[in-house]
Amino acid sequence: MLSISGITNGIVLDHIHAGRAAVVYHMLHLERLDCPIAIIYNARSSKMGKKDIIKLETSEDVLNIDALAFIDDGITIDYIRDGQIVRKQKLTLPKKITGIVKCQNPQCITTIEQGLPDEFVLTDPARRTYRCVYCEQKYHKSFE
Amino acid sequence: MRHLLNPLDFTVEETEQLLNLAKDIEENRSRYAHKCDGKVLATLFYEPSTRTRLSFESSMLHLGGTCLGFSSAGSSSASKGESVADTIRVISCYADICAMRHPKEGAAKVASLHSRIPVINAGDGGHQHPTQTLTDLYTIRSLKGHFDNITIGFCGDLKYGRTVHSLIESLVRYPNVHFILISPPELRVPSYMRDDVLKGFDYEEVTSLEEALPKLDVLYMTRIQRERFFNEEEYERMKDCYILNRSKLQLAPKDCLVLHPLPRVNEISVDVDDDPRAAYFRQVQNGLYVRMALILTLLDLA
Repeated sequence: MLSISGITNGIVLDHIHAGRAAVVYHMLHLERLDCPIAIIYNARSSKMGKKDIIKLETSEDVLNIDALAFIDDGITIDYIRDGQIVRKQKLTLPKKITGIVKCQNPQCITTIEQGLPDEFVLTDPARRTYRCVYCEQKYHKSFE
Repeated sequence: MRHLLNPLDFTVEETEQLLNLAKDIEENRSRYAHKCDGKVLATLFYEPSTRTRLSFESSMLHLGGTCLGFSSAGSSSASKGESVADTIRVISCYADICAMRHPKEGAAKVASLHSRIPVINAGDGGHQHPTQTLTDLYTIRSLKGHFDNITIGFCGDLKYGRTVHSLIESLVRYPNVHFILISPPELRVPSYMRDDVLKGFDYEEVTSLEEALPKLDVLYMTRIQRERFFNEEEYERMKDCYILNRSKLQLAPKDCLVLHPLPRVNEISVDVDDDPRAAYFRQVQNGLYVRMALILTLLDLA
Protein backbone atom coordinates (compact mmCIF):
# COMPACT_ATOMS: atom_id res chain seq x y z
CA MET A 1 0.00 0.00 0.00
CA LEU A 2 1.13 3.50 -0.82
CA SER A 3 2.44 5.26 2.25
CA ILE A 4 2.50 9.01 2.72
CA SER A 5 4.09 10.39 5.84
CA GLY A 6 1.83 12.15 8.29
CA ILE A 7 1.94 15.83 9.10
CA THR A 8 2.84 17.27 12.46
CA ASN A 9 0.77 20.42 12.37
CA GLY A 10 -1.92 21.07 9.83
CA ILE A 11 -5.24 20.10 8.30
CA VAL A 12 -6.30 16.88 6.61
CA LEU A 13 -9.31 16.87 4.32
CA ASP A 14 -10.44 13.28 4.44
CA HIS A 15 -13.22 11.31 2.72
CA ILE A 16 -13.17 13.45 -0.40
CA HIS A 17 -15.23 11.79 -3.10
CA ALA A 18 -12.72 9.93 -5.32
CA GLY A 19 -11.62 12.11 -8.21
CA ARG A 20 -12.81 15.35 -6.65
CA ALA A 21 -9.59 16.48 -4.93
CA ALA A 22 -8.65 18.67 -7.88
CA VAL A 23 -12.03 20.43 -7.71
CA VAL A 24 -11.50 21.09 -4.00
CA TYR A 25 -7.96 22.33 -4.68
CA HIS A 26 -9.07 24.80 -7.34
CA MET A 27 -12.33 26.00 -5.80
CA LEU A 28 -10.68 26.61 -2.45
CA HIS A 29 -7.79 28.37 -4.24
CA LEU A 30 -5.24 26.23 -2.44
CA GLU A 31 -2.74 27.20 -5.14
CA ARG A 32 -2.53 30.59 -3.43
CA LEU A 33 -1.11 29.02 -0.27
CA ASP A 34 2.61 28.78 0.38
CA CYS A 35 2.49 25.72 2.66
CA PRO A 36 3.33 22.16 1.60
CA ILE A 37 0.28 20.36 0.24
CA ALA A 38 -0.11 16.64 -0.50
CA ILE A 39 -2.94 15.36 -2.66
CA ILE A 40 -3.70 11.67 -2.60
CA TYR A 41 -6.00 10.23 -5.23
CA ASN A 42 -7.77 6.88 -4.96
CA ALA A 43 -6.70 6.06 -1.42
CA ARG A 44 -8.33 2.83 -0.27
CA SER A 45 -11.20 3.33 2.13
CA SER A 46 -13.24 0.72 3.97
CA LYS A 47 -16.23 3.06 3.97
CA MET A 48 -16.02 4.52 0.47
CA GLY A 49 -13.98 2.00 -1.52
CA LYS A 50 -11.87 4.83 -2.93
CA LYS A 51 -11.39 8.33 -1.66
CA ASP A 52 -9.18 11.37 -2.13
CA ILE A 53 -7.26 13.09 0.67
CA ILE A 54 -5.63 16.53 0.85
CA LYS A 55 -3.05 17.30 3.53
CA LEU A 56 -2.05 20.88 4.28
CA GLU A 57 0.91 21.60 6.51
CA THR A 58 -0.16 24.88 8.02
CA SER A 59 -1.17 26.13 11.41
CA GLU A 60 -3.37 28.85 9.99
CA ASP A 61 -7.10 28.85 9.44
CA VAL A 62 -6.99 28.76 5.65
CA LEU A 63 -10.22 26.97 4.68
CA ASN A 64 -13.49 28.35 3.38
CA ILE A 65 -15.71 25.83 5.14
CA ASP A 66 -18.86 26.83 3.21
CA ALA A 67 -17.12 26.34 -0.11
CA LEU A 68 -15.79 22.99 1.03
CA ALA A 69 -19.21 21.79 2.19
CA PHE A 70 -20.82 23.04 -1.03
CA ILE A 71 -18.37 20.98 -3.10
CA ASP A 72 -18.65 17.84 -0.97
CA ASP A 73 -20.37 17.76 2.41
CA GLY A 74 -19.12 14.20 2.98
CA ILE A 75 -15.61 15.56 3.65
CA THR A 76 -14.21 15.30 7.18
CA ILE A 77 -11.69 17.88 8.40
CA ASP A 78 -9.02 16.64 10.81
CA TYR A 79 -7.04 19.29 12.66
CA ILE A 80 -3.56 18.00 13.57
CA ARG A 81 -1.39 19.36 16.37
CA ASP A 82 1.93 17.75 17.33
CA GLY A 83 1.10 14.74 15.21
CA GLN A 84 -2.24 14.12 16.92
CA ILE A 85 -5.78 14.71 15.67
CA VAL A 86 -7.06 17.34 18.07
CA ARG A 87 -10.42 17.94 16.38
CA LYS A 88 -12.59 16.32 13.72
CA GLN A 89 -15.14 18.45 11.91
CA LYS A 90 -18.02 17.10 9.87
CA LEU A 91 -19.66 19.35 7.28
CA THR A 92 -23.25 20.29 6.61
CA LEU A 93 -24.59 21.87 3.45
CA PRO A 94 -24.44 25.67 3.86
CA LYS A 95 -27.79 27.48 3.63
CA LYS A 96 -26.22 30.23 1.57
CA ILE A 97 -22.99 30.60 -0.41
CA THR A 98 -21.57 33.86 -1.67
CA GLY A 99 -18.84 34.44 -4.23
CA ILE A 100 -17.85 30.78 -4.56
CA VAL A 101 -19.35 29.79 -7.91
CA LYS A 102 -20.80 31.83 -10.75
CA CYS A 103 -24.39 31.63 -11.95
CA GLN A 104 -24.56 29.51 -15.10
CA ASN A 105 -27.53 31.38 -16.57
CA PRO A 106 -26.20 33.72 -19.28
CA GLN A 107 -29.34 35.83 -18.83
CA CYS A 108 -28.71 36.41 -15.11
CA ILE A 109 -28.15 39.97 -13.90
CA THR A 110 -24.95 38.80 -12.14
CA THR A 111 -23.31 38.50 -15.59
CA ILE A 112 -23.35 42.27 -16.14
CA GLU A 113 -23.91 44.09 -12.84
CA GLN A 114 -20.66 45.48 -11.42
CA GLY A 115 -19.69 44.53 -7.90
CA LEU A 116 -22.52 42.04 -7.48
CA PRO A 117 -21.28 38.80 -5.91
CA ASP A 118 -22.94 35.56 -7.02
CA GLU A 119 -25.12 34.22 -4.26
CA PHE A 120 -26.97 30.93 -3.99
CA VAL A 121 -29.41 29.56 -1.44
CA LEU A 122 -30.16 25.96 -0.56
CA THR A 123 -33.78 25.64 -1.63
CA ASP A 124 -34.21 21.87 -1.39
CA PRO A 125 -31.88 20.16 1.09
CA ALA A 126 -33.23 16.69 0.21
CA ARG A 127 -32.18 17.10 -3.42
CA ARG A 128 -29.25 19.36 -2.51
CA THR A 129 -30.58 22.04 -4.83
CA TYR A 130 -29.02 25.50 -4.83
CA ARG A 131 -30.65 28.35 -6.68
CA CYS A 132 -29.31 31.78 -7.64
CA VAL A 133 -30.93 34.41 -5.40
CA TYR A 134 -31.38 36.70 -8.41
CA CYS A 135 -32.58 34.60 -11.35
CA GLU A 136 -33.54 31.50 -9.27
CA GLN A 137 -31.84 29.16 -11.74
CA LYS A 138 -30.63 25.88 -10.30
CA TYR A 139 -26.87 25.46 -10.02
CA HIS A 140 -25.68 22.30 -11.75
CA LYS A 141 -22.53 20.93 -10.18
CA SER A 142 -20.53 19.75 -13.16
CA PHE A 143 -18.20 17.80 -10.86
CA GLU A 144 -20.91 15.53 -9.46
CA MET B 1 -41.37 49.23 2.46
CA ARG B 2 -42.46 46.47 0.08
CA HIS B 3 -41.56 45.54 -3.46
CA LEU B 4 -43.25 43.23 -5.95
CA LEU B 5 -40.68 41.03 -7.65
CA ASN B 6 -42.51 37.72 -7.91
CA PRO B 7 -46.26 37.06 -7.87
CA LEU B 8 -45.73 34.79 -4.87
CA ASP B 9 -44.40 37.75 -2.84
CA PHE B 10 -48.06 38.29 -1.96
CA THR B 11 -49.75 35.63 0.16
CA VAL B 12 -53.17 34.32 -0.86
CA GLU B 13 -54.75 36.79 1.59
CA GLU B 14 -52.70 39.74 0.33
CA THR B 15 -53.51 38.79 -3.26
CA GLU B 16 -57.19 38.68 -2.30
CA GLN B 17 -56.95 42.17 -0.77
CA LEU B 18 -55.24 43.53 -3.87
CA LEU B 19 -57.84 42.01 -6.20
CA ASN B 20 -60.64 43.39 -4.00
CA LEU B 21 -59.09 46.83 -4.25
CA ALA B 22 -58.80 46.46 -8.04
CA LYS B 23 -62.48 45.57 -8.16
CA ASP B 24 -63.42 48.63 -6.14
CA ILE B 25 -61.32 50.77 -8.48
CA GLU B 26 -63.11 49.24 -11.47
CA GLU B 27 -66.49 50.05 -9.97
CA ASN B 28 -65.70 53.48 -8.49
CA ARG B 29 -62.94 54.89 -10.64
CA SER B 30 -63.60 58.54 -9.89
CA ARG B 31 -63.10 57.94 -6.19
CA TYR B 32 -59.46 57.12 -6.88
CA ALA B 33 -58.70 59.97 -9.29
CA HIS B 34 -56.66 61.97 -6.77
CA LYS B 35 -55.28 59.28 -4.49
CA CYS B 36 -51.77 59.79 -5.85
CA ASP B 37 -51.77 63.57 -6.28
CA GLY B 38 -48.18 64.74 -6.05
CA LYS B 39 -46.73 61.25 -6.42
CA VAL B 40 -44.29 60.30 -9.16
CA LEU B 41 -43.93 56.93 -10.87
CA ALA B 42 -40.63 56.18 -12.61
CA THR B 43 -40.84 53.71 -15.49
CA LEU B 44 -37.36 52.29 -16.01
CA PHE B 45 -37.57 50.26 -19.18
CA TYR B 46 -34.20 48.90 -20.26
CA GLU B 47 -35.91 47.14 -23.15
CA PRO B 48 -38.89 48.38 -25.09
CA SER B 49 -42.30 47.13 -24.03
CA THR B 50 -44.67 49.84 -25.04
CA ARG B 51 -47.88 48.20 -23.84
CA THR B 52 -46.61 47.36 -20.37
CA ARG B 53 -45.05 50.78 -19.94
CA LEU B 54 -48.20 52.59 -21.08
CA SER B 55 -50.28 50.46 -18.75
CA PHE B 56 -48.15 51.49 -15.77
CA GLU B 57 -48.12 55.15 -16.80
CA SER B 58 -51.85 55.17 -17.45
CA SER B 59 -52.42 53.62 -14.01
CA MET B 60 -50.46 56.36 -12.28
CA LEU B 61 -52.13 59.11 -14.34
CA HIS B 62 -55.57 57.72 -13.46
CA LEU B 63 -54.60 58.00 -9.78
CA GLY B 64 -53.65 61.68 -10.17
CA GLY B 65 -49.90 61.14 -10.12
CA THR B 66 -47.27 61.83 -12.74
CA CYS B 67 -44.65 59.75 -14.54
CA LEU B 68 -41.10 60.00 -15.72
CA GLY B 69 -38.63 57.48 -17.05
CA PHE B 70 -36.96 55.98 -20.08
CA SER B 71 -38.15 53.40 -22.57
CA SER B 72 -34.95 51.77 -23.80
CA ALA B 73 -31.47 51.11 -22.46
CA GLY B 74 -30.06 53.36 -25.20
CA SER B 75 -31.80 56.39 -23.75
CA SER B 76 -30.69 55.66 -20.19
CA SER B 77 -27.33 55.86 -18.48
CA ALA B 78 -27.10 52.06 -18.81
CA SER B 79 -25.63 52.81 -22.24
CA LYS B 80 -22.79 54.57 -20.39
CA GLY B 81 -22.28 51.48 -18.26
CA GLU B 82 -24.17 52.51 -15.13
CA SER B 83 -25.18 49.64 -12.89
CA VAL B 84 -28.77 48.89 -11.89
CA ALA B 85 -27.77 49.58 -8.27
CA ASP B 86 -26.56 53.11 -9.09
CA THR B 87 -29.54 53.87 -11.34
CA ILE B 88 -32.06 52.99 -8.64
CA ARG B 89 -30.17 55.01 -6.01
CA VAL B 90 -30.48 58.04 -8.29
CA ILE B 91 -34.11 57.40 -9.26
CA SER B 92 -34.99 57.02 -5.56
CA CYS B 93 -34.30 60.77 -5.26
CA TYR B 94 -36.72 61.65 -8.06
CA ALA B 95 -39.70 59.32 -7.73
CA ASP B 96 -41.95 57.73 -5.12
CA ILE B 97 -42.29 54.32 -6.78
CA CYS B 98 -40.84 52.63 -9.84
CA ALA B 99 -41.65 49.93 -12.39
CA MET B 100 -38.63 48.26 -13.95
CA ARG B 101 -38.36 46.16 -17.11
CA HIS B 102 -34.93 44.67 -17.77
CA PRO B 103 -33.69 41.96 -20.13
CA LYS B 104 -31.58 40.31 -17.40
CA GLU B 105 -33.16 37.94 -14.90
CA GLY B 106 -33.05 39.15 -11.32
CA ALA B 107 -32.48 42.82 -12.24
CA ALA B 108 -35.49 44.02 -10.25
CA LYS B 109 -34.24 42.09 -7.23
CA VAL B 110 -30.90 43.91 -7.44
CA ALA B 111 -32.77 47.22 -7.70
CA SER B 112 -34.88 46.39 -4.63
CA LEU B 113 -31.73 45.82 -2.55
CA HIS B 114 -30.52 49.39 -3.16
CA SER B 115 -33.81 51.26 -3.48
CA ARG B 116 -35.43 53.74 -1.14
CA ILE B 117 -38.73 53.47 -3.07
CA PRO B 118 -40.95 50.44 -3.84
CA VAL B 119 -39.82 48.52 -6.92
CA ILE B 120 -42.31 46.75 -9.16
CA ASN B 121 -40.85 44.11 -11.45
CA ALA B 122 -42.38 44.86 -14.86
CA GLY B 123 -40.60 41.86 -16.40
CA ASP B 124 -37.04 40.60 -15.92
CA GLY B 125 -36.09 38.56 -18.98
CA GLY B 126 -37.69 35.14 -19.01
CA HIS B 127 -37.97 35.13 -15.23
CA GLN B 128 -41.01 36.89 -13.77
CA HIS B 129 -43.73 39.32 -14.81
CA PRO B 130 -45.88 39.51 -11.69
CA THR B 131 -48.34 42.19 -12.79
CA GLN B 132 -49.32 39.99 -15.75
CA THR B 133 -50.02 37.14 -13.34
CA LEU B 134 -52.07 39.36 -11.03
CA THR B 135 -53.99 40.57 -14.07
CA ASP B 136 -54.66 36.98 -15.15
CA LEU B 137 -55.86 36.15 -11.64
CA TYR B 138 -58.10 39.21 -11.54
CA THR B 139 -59.64 38.36 -14.91
CA ILE B 140 -60.37 34.77 -13.87
CA ARG B 141 -61.84 35.89 -10.56
CA SER B 142 -63.93 38.70 -11.97
CA LEU B 143 -65.41 36.54 -14.73
CA LYS B 144 -65.60 33.19 -12.92
CA GLY B 145 -66.07 34.46 -9.37
CA HIS B 146 -63.53 32.07 -7.84
CA PHE B 147 -60.29 30.12 -8.39
CA ASP B 148 -61.13 26.89 -6.62
CA ASN B 149 -62.76 23.96 -8.42
CA ILE B 150 -61.86 25.15 -11.91
CA THR B 151 -60.34 23.28 -14.82
CA ILE B 152 -57.83 25.45 -16.62
CA GLY B 153 -56.09 24.51 -19.86
CA PHE B 154 -52.74 26.01 -20.83
CA CYS B 155 -52.08 25.70 -24.53
CA GLY B 156 -49.06 26.26 -26.76
CA ASP B 157 -45.50 26.92 -25.66
CA LEU B 158 -45.50 25.75 -22.05
CA LYS B 159 -41.74 25.36 -21.92
CA TYR B 160 -40.62 28.96 -22.32
CA GLY B 161 -43.82 30.80 -21.42
CA ARG B 162 -43.11 32.57 -18.13
CA THR B 163 -46.70 33.80 -17.85
CA VAL B 164 -47.81 30.15 -17.83
CA HIS B 165 -45.32 29.16 -15.11
CA SER B 166 -46.20 32.10 -12.88
CA LEU B 167 -49.94 31.57 -13.21
CA ILE B 168 -49.63 27.86 -12.42
CA GLU B 169 -47.49 28.67 -9.36
CA SER B 170 -50.17 31.07 -8.16
CA LEU B 171 -53.12 28.77 -8.85
CA VAL B 172 -51.73 25.70 -7.04
CA ARG B 173 -52.35 27.70 -3.85
CA TYR B 174 -56.13 27.29 -4.30
CA PRO B 175 -58.07 24.07 -3.68
CA ASN B 176 -59.19 21.69 -6.43
CA VAL B 177 -57.72 23.41 -9.45
CA HIS B 178 -57.36 20.93 -12.31
CA PHE B 179 -54.67 21.71 -14.87
CA ILE B 180 -54.70 20.44 -18.44
CA LEU B 181 -51.38 21.18 -20.11
CA ILE B 182 -51.80 21.14 -23.88
CA SER B 183 -48.58 21.27 -25.89
CA PRO B 184 -46.39 19.37 -28.34
CA PRO B 185 -43.97 17.06 -26.46
CA GLU B 186 -41.10 19.41 -27.34
CA LEU B 187 -42.76 22.32 -25.54
CA ARG B 188 -43.98 20.62 -22.34
CA VAL B 189 -43.60 22.51 -19.06
CA PRO B 190 -40.01 22.28 -17.73
CA SER B 191 -39.18 19.40 -15.41
CA TYR B 192 -38.86 21.68 -12.39
CA MET B 193 -42.51 22.65 -12.85
CA ARG B 194 -43.56 18.99 -12.78
CA ASP B 195 -41.20 18.06 -9.92
CA ASP B 196 -41.41 21.12 -7.68
CA VAL B 197 -44.66 22.92 -8.46
CA LEU B 198 -47.22 20.50 -9.89
CA LYS B 199 -46.19 17.37 -8.00
CA GLY B 200 -49.13 16.14 -5.93
CA PHE B 201 -51.59 18.37 -7.77
CA ASP B 202 -54.24 17.38 -10.22
CA TYR B 203 -52.79 17.82 -13.70
CA GLU B 204 -52.60 16.05 -17.03
CA GLU B 205 -50.44 16.60 -20.09
CA VAL B 206 -52.08 16.19 -23.48
CA THR B 207 -51.31 17.08 -27.09
CA SER B 208 -54.80 17.62 -28.48
CA LEU B 209 -56.52 20.96 -27.99
CA GLU B 210 -59.78 19.57 -29.42
CA GLU B 211 -59.97 16.80 -26.85
CA ALA B 212 -59.27 19.14 -23.95
CA LEU B 213 -61.64 21.94 -24.97
CA PRO B 214 -64.95 20.41 -23.77
CA LYS B 215 -63.57 20.06 -20.22
CA LEU B 216 -62.30 23.61 -19.76
CA ASP B 217 -63.56 26.46 -17.59
CA VAL B 218 -60.61 28.60 -18.69
CA LEU B 219 -58.33 28.29 -21.71
CA TYR B 220 -55.02 30.15 -21.46
CA MET B 221 -53.50 30.45 -24.94
CA THR B 222 -49.87 31.24 -25.68
CA ARG B 223 -47.94 31.78 -28.84
CA ILE B 224 -45.76 29.05 -30.36
CA GLN B 225 -42.61 30.79 -31.51
CA ARG B 226 -40.88 29.71 -34.67
CA GLU B 227 -37.42 30.27 -33.18
CA ARG B 228 -38.00 27.53 -30.59
CA PHE B 229 -37.89 24.81 -33.25
CA PHE B 230 -34.87 23.13 -34.73
CA ASN B 231 -36.44 22.62 -38.12
CA GLU B 232 -39.00 24.47 -40.09
CA GLU B 233 -40.92 21.31 -40.96
CA GLU B 234 -41.64 20.52 -37.35
CA TYR B 235 -42.78 24.07 -36.69
CA GLU B 236 -45.10 23.99 -39.70
CA ARG B 237 -46.53 20.67 -38.52
CA MET B 238 -47.21 21.92 -35.03
CA LYS B 239 -48.21 25.53 -35.33
CA ASP B 240 -51.65 24.83 -36.77
CA CYS B 241 -52.57 22.29 -34.07
CA TYR B 242 -52.83 25.10 -31.63
CA ILE B 243 -54.71 27.73 -33.53
CA LEU B 244 -57.98 28.53 -31.88
CA ASN B 245 -60.68 29.52 -34.36
CA ARG B 246 -64.42 29.92 -34.20
CA SER B 247 -65.17 26.33 -35.23
CA LYS B 248 -62.80 24.80 -32.65
CA LEU B 249 -64.21 27.05 -29.95
CA GLN B 250 -67.62 25.42 -30.52
CA LEU B 251 -66.17 22.42 -28.65
CA ALA B 252 -65.69 24.50 -25.49
CA PRO B 253 -68.39 25.01 -22.86
CA LYS B 254 -70.59 28.09 -23.23
CA ASP B 255 -69.03 29.75 -20.20
CA CYS B 256 -65.39 28.91 -20.95
CA LEU B 257 -63.03 31.91 -20.81
CA VAL B 258 -60.30 32.39 -23.39
CA LEU B 259 -57.28 34.28 -22.05
CA HIS B 260 -54.02 35.28 -23.73
CA PRO B 261 -51.20 37.48 -22.36
CA LEU B 262 -50.91 39.20 -25.79
CA PRO B 263 -49.50 40.03 -28.22
CA ARG B 264 -51.16 37.29 -30.22
CA VAL B 265 -50.04 36.55 -33.72
CA ASN B 266 -52.16 33.88 -35.34
CA GLU B 267 -52.82 31.42 -32.50
CA ILE B 268 -56.25 32.95 -31.93
CA SER B 269 -58.08 33.72 -35.16
CA VAL B 270 -59.69 37.12 -35.34
CA ASP B 271 -63.07 35.42 -35.82
CA VAL B 272 -62.90 34.46 -32.13
CA ASP B 273 -62.68 38.11 -31.01
CA ASP B 274 -66.44 38.67 -31.10
CA ASP B 275 -67.24 35.53 -29.15
CA PRO B 276 -68.40 36.40 -25.62
CA ARG B 277 -65.89 33.86 -24.27
CA ALA B 278 -62.92 35.83 -25.64
CA ALA B 279 -61.59 37.69 -22.60
CA TYR B 280 -58.13 38.74 -23.74
CA PHE B 281 -58.95 42.36 -24.38
CA ARG B 282 -60.76 42.57 -21.06
CA GLN B 283 -57.50 41.29 -19.56
CA VAL B 284 -55.78 44.45 -20.85
CA GLN B 285 -58.44 46.64 -19.26
CA ASN B 286 -58.12 44.69 -16.02
CA GLY B 287 -54.35 45.19 -16.09
CA LEU B 288 -55.00 48.88 -15.52
CA TYR B 289 -57.11 48.29 -12.39
CA VAL B 290 -54.63 45.78 -11.00
CA ARG B 291 -51.67 48.11 -11.52
CA MET B 292 -53.61 51.00 -9.95
CA ALA B 293 -54.36 48.77 -6.95
CA LEU B 294 -50.73 47.72 -6.76
CA ILE B 295 -49.40 51.28 -6.83
CA LEU B 296 -51.80 52.27 -4.03
CA THR B 297 -50.88 49.21 -1.98
CA LEU B 298 -47.12 49.65 -2.27
CA LEU B 299 -47.40 53.39 -1.50
CA ASP B 300 -49.54 52.60 1.56
CA LEU B 301 -52.36 54.71 0.16
CA ALA B 302 -54.92 51.90 -0.15
